[in-house]
Amino acid sequence: MPVVMVKEGKTTIAYLSGEIDHHSAALLREEIDFSVEQTLPEILILDFQKVTFMDSSGIGLVMGRYKLMNSIGGQVKVVNPKPRIKKMMELSGLKLLDVL
Amino acid sequence: MKVLNEMTVTFESRSVNEAFARTTATAFFVSIDPTVEELADLKTAVSEAVTNAIVHGYRDSFGRIKMKVRLLESRTAYIQIKDFGVGIPDVRQAMEPLYTTDPDGERSGLGFTMMESFCDKVTVRSKVGKGTTVTLWKQFTEKERA
Repeated sequence: MPVVMVKEGKTTIAYLSGEIDHHSAALLREEIDFSVEQTLPEILILDFQKVTFMDSSGIGLVMGRYKLMNSIGGQVKVVNPKPRIKKMMELSGLKLLDVL
Repeated sequence: MKVLNEMTVTFESRSVNEAFARTTATAFFVSIDPTVEELADLKTAVSEAVTNAIVHGYRDSFGRIKMKVRLLESRTAYIQIKDFGVGIPDVRQAMEPLYTTDPDGERSGLGFTMMESFCDKVTVRSKVGKGTTVTLWKQFTEKERA
């Protein structure tokens, strides 16, 4: 499973793993959005600890979830990215969305 | 620059081949033992270029992607990714950060930005109706002799 969804109170955590590219992002998006629509959390946490590779599709994945959470009045937080992935997120301007 | 080693692979524009392409391209350079960080840079750049070919070059169709990988002198990696798809009408605009023709598909518009950040040089040649060729150059650092 590339993503495990866990609900804790008003927070839903997505434990991501493996490589995030355009191919895998489509499946991740589906799984996360389905869970968010079921649980309607106030905070969606994207845990990147077990993500070993990411290209700009990962940025798109975070931006898309930001939009989704924004539409239901919630917020997104990215936690535990490896230094390289964090650098890519900073480079992309995701910092401005206050998700890091 | 002198070519020291070369391989060419051709594969279909299926998204499942993104991982194959970036892994194969980087594996070609293991003999000169680049750093893990340098290989990760190249892996990211190849992934971006191949994804562009799949998502944009062959938007509503499938086609071939040809990847030529060369080791040049001075520890320089050369990777050419060629598609025979729709082409890009305005390359300069396509390379602008955050520009995307696919706003609903969750593309961040950062593909070329990532390629440029992780390589020394990126060139793009494209002709509408004929296809696009992206070439990446990256020089690996000298190994310290023990």
